[in-house]
Amino acid sequence: MTILDVKNLSVGFPTPDGVVRAVNDISFSVSAGETLAIVGESGSGKTVTNLALMGLLNTNTTQISGSAMFKSHTGDIDLLGMDPNELQKYRGQDISMIFQDPMSSLHPYFSIGDQIIEAHQVHNKVDPEVSKARAIELLGLVGIPDPASRINSFPHQFSGGMRQRVMIAMALVNNPSLLIADEPTTALDVTVQAQILGLLKDLQREFKMAIILITHDLGVVAGAADRVNVMYAGRIVESAGVFDLYAKPAMPYTQGLLDSVPRLDRPHTDRLVAIPGQPPSMISLPDGCSFAPRCSRISEVAGNKCLTTHPELTLRADNHSARCFLGEGVRA
Amino acid sequence: MTSPILEVTNLSKFFPIQSQGIFSKVKGDNKAVNGISFTLNAGETLGLVGESGCGKSTAGRTILKLYEPTSGTIKFEGEDITNYSAAKMKPLRTQMQMIFQDPYSSLNPRHTIGSIIAASYEIQKITPENGVKRAVQDLMDRVGLNPEHYNRYPHEFSGGQRQRIGIARALALKPKFIVCDEPVSALDVSIQAQVINLLDDLRDDFGLSYLFIAHDLSVVQHISQRVAVMYLGKIMELAPTTELYKTPHHPYTKALLSAIPLPDPVTERKREQIILSGDIPNPVNPPTGCVFNTRCWKAQDKCRTTEPTLVQIGASQVACHFPD
Repeated sequence: MTILDVKNLSVGFPTPDGVVRAVNDISFSVSAGETLAIVGESGSGKTVTNLALMGLLNTNTTQISGSAMFKSHTGDIDLLGMDPNELQKYRGQDISMIFQDPMSSLHPYFSIGDQIIEAHQVHNKVDPEVSKARAIELLGLVGIPDPASRINSFPHQFSGGMRQRVMIAMALVNNPSLLIADEPTTALDVTVQAQILGLLKDLQREFKMAIILITHDLGVVAGAADRVNVMYAGRIVESAGVFDLYAKPAMPYTQGLLDSVPRLDRPHTDRLVAIPGQPPSMISLPDGCSFAPRCSRISEVAGNKCLTTHPELTLRADNHSARCFLGEGVRA
Repeated sequence: MTSPILEVTNLSKFFPIQSQGIFSKVKGDNKAVNGISFTLNAGETLGLVGESGCGKSTAGRTILKLYEPTSGTIKFEGEDITNYSAAKMKPLRTQMQMIFQDPYSSLNPRHTIGSIIAASYEIQKITPENGVKRAVQDLMDRVGLNPEHYNRYPHEFSGGQRQRIGIARALALKPKFIVCDEPVSALDVSIQAQVINLLDDLRDDFGLSYLFIAHDLSVVQHISQRVAVMYLGKIMELAPTTELYKTPHHPYTKALLSAIPLPDPVTERKREQIILSGDIPNPVNPPTGCVFNTRCWKAQDKCRTTEPTLVQIGASQVACHFPD
């Protein structure tokens, strides 16, 4: 069952130098219980996409277009066309978000209990004691030892990994059907990252929620995702099931990303295969494929097509589409 | 290749913690680096890995005498520099340089990159053969920057390019030894690979020795000949790279390796992960005995009372009572 269906989402930020086209006409959907990873490098638009869905961008200074139909507890709603006050009813209730930096996303002046209880009270007209019991339950669930007393602790008394657990508890307090996790483990050490990723997997099974996992780490994606959208310069350039994507990447950028990661499971060869150059300016995107200036395979496409014509996202196999002239029209 | 360029013996760096008030007293010490020993050979790269707070950056800075060591000795090319004053260190600085993690905050935003790189010559009062500008432009060319960008400011460059500026600056005085403190962790993967390849090439061309500090074991594996794994200010395991990754002996090394997600969904989902519980203990009050005992699944009474020392197992040195 599809719970979120995003169609033709574009986000632009007007600046004195021109409009920064952070997200360009992207469409995707998420089904209940599945994990969709959005992977890309800094500036590829993966975070902005989700900030737009959550209504966290200032609509006075941002150009947002497109639609995002979401199955909420009150029926189908369009997240993008909604009044901000109206959206508040669903945010934290049906959709929650956890952020990258657990150090700065908790309020330092309030105990963690107060912050989780508040998240529950906003959406539920119940006695504060009920909310407190719920907060303790959640803290226990995310693996905070002795939750009944730790509920009175302040964020500074927790380590980074523990704070991220608190953030997760807060996000899940109202049983959301969709959790957006924006680089949830990037600020954490690898051993703690493994704990948090394991926790998210367990909680997903328990709560049957969908997760949109935003990350730049292809290792994290390989372990956690069901489907993957690869973003480059504000566009989805490849979309596939996780096994397909790693086994048969159809877009040279995806291949390049996979090649440039130093990996433990392979003998360390002398050189990494780097992608030359750097991502384009989002103010003046190239006419053709936005990856063309860095692509090593443009000579394989006749007549400089990559530099002049913009490729569309086309289907390559079942549930596998890519934005590249190479292999276009060939169905595996 | 065989003579050590750097010898570190029992090096410690403690940061005193003062109590509040006028008559402040030292309450305790943050034992950031606690008795580490290793050698670095000419032309070699030694990786120093560990999680945040394990003391790897402090170790790097103390070796360059950016911090005064608390105890232990540092020998650079056979010369004991442990108690050298700043003035006495200055001529040696041409030989030992540093590349910093954050390419955004390690370059002065008000200086052009030409003057940032040329500052090394100015400080050391060295005039290169064909003039400073020529030397700087040659360096820029060598690290993959356009020499015409000599007069540009740091904000006009991307993260990867800025890291190249930092590398050019470190290379300016033709050093023999460079401490690379997380040089690629602020960069995107595609750019990270470019910078790693550059560091690899420069090492071979200039015969450099690196102390390569990083938290990312896959990056370290790629660039190092030997790797030291640190935990809470101590070296847990020191081994040749292939040894360390193929047959880790210390439980912490094992856990660290198993926690790294592999970019391959098939193997990633099949393999068994060791997930450590808890967090790194406070370095002010490190656990008695083995510092890893609070998170170790093999810990026994001996681990809580007696501190293990580094012992040779095959080609590796391991500090564990019950190594694999």
